[in-house]
Amino acid sequence: MSPRIVEVRQNILKQNDLLARDLRSRFSEAGVFVVNLVSGPGAGKTALLETTLRTMRDKHRVAALTGDLATDNDAQRLARSGVPVKQISTGTVCHLDATMISNALGTWNLAELDFLFIENVGNLVCPASYDIGEHLRVVLLSVTEGEDKPLKYPTLFNSADCAVITKCDIAAAVEFDREAAYANIHEVRPGLPIIETASKTGQGVEEWIAWLESQSVVMS
Amino acid sequence: MHELSIAMSLIDAACEKAALMGNPRVEALYIRVGPLSGVVADALEFSFMVAREGTAISEARLVIEKTALVAHCVRCDKDQTIDSPQHLRCPVCNEATPDVVSGNELEFSAMEVDEGVTTNS
Repeated sequence: MSPRIVEVRQNILKQNDLLARDLRSRFSEAGVFVVNLVSGPGAGKTALLETTLRTMRDKHRVAALTGDLATDNDAQRLARSGVPVKQISTGTVCHLDATMISNALGTWNLAELDFLFIENVGNLVCPASYDIGEHLRVVLLSVTEGEDKPLKYPTLFNSADCAVITKCDIAAAVEFDREAAYANIHEVRPGLPIIETASKTGQGVEEWIAWLESQSVVMS
Repeated sequence: MHELSIAMSLIDAACEKAALMGNPRVEALYIRVGPLSGVVADALEFSFMVAREGTAISEARLVIEKTALVAHCVRCDKDQTIDSPQHLRCPVCNEATPDVVSGNELEFSAMEVDEGVTTNS
């Protein structure tokens, strides 16, 4: 018998995608809005999340999962905000996937949450391919990184629902070219909403949270 | 470098399919990879060669079809092939094209099997 071609036609990450879809329906049914924060290392995901959790906790029931290769430093920082925080140690894995999220949720009662933030591993490449059941994917770009990051990593920026520019309080000192950054983001993802923040000073945090609240209403 | 994880997912899926067919020898896996899939074809191929060792499909070749990035241009009212994900613009009229039609694929499209030969495991 000679070799023959058998059609398969399935996503290579089918297992992950199916689990992510299940997670998303679980989240939606429980009424928890899930935000996946992605960026390169050091863009300020933890700082933004710390400020966000502190600001939101009076009005909403918030929690966070934070992915890290080896340390639990970020989880410790976030836990200071007094909301439920769990660490996901990925070991050498460069991204979070749906299985890790499912396992990390453990015994958490999702019905007791309004917003769940997931801080992905600092990486501008790998997290783009993995749906983790989030409602929104937010990419961070700090003013210290260079305005051409979106052009270097178009896939991640293209997969995002919003871009947050961080560390805007030091934009002038690092000669951040705001117009170039906006233009580059919109080259790879036309029309992507952009919010400018500075976690240290609180600049833009109100606008960021208002945007999250408006999105949670639309999606749920 | 998540290509190794992806290669392993692919191999798992292929082994599962092969087992359902009575473990024929798998000659090749055909996959389709889009420019917005987040996967580098060369890295995936390298990872695949490493990850297939010791599996039921250790002799399978990997055939990668790189698909095009296609977006809908509102001004031309037409789907257009975009040269680079760095510039999501219509190549004809230069309009921004946020509406991506295809280019995210990371698809296990087909498998070449020889049912005259079976493998154990």
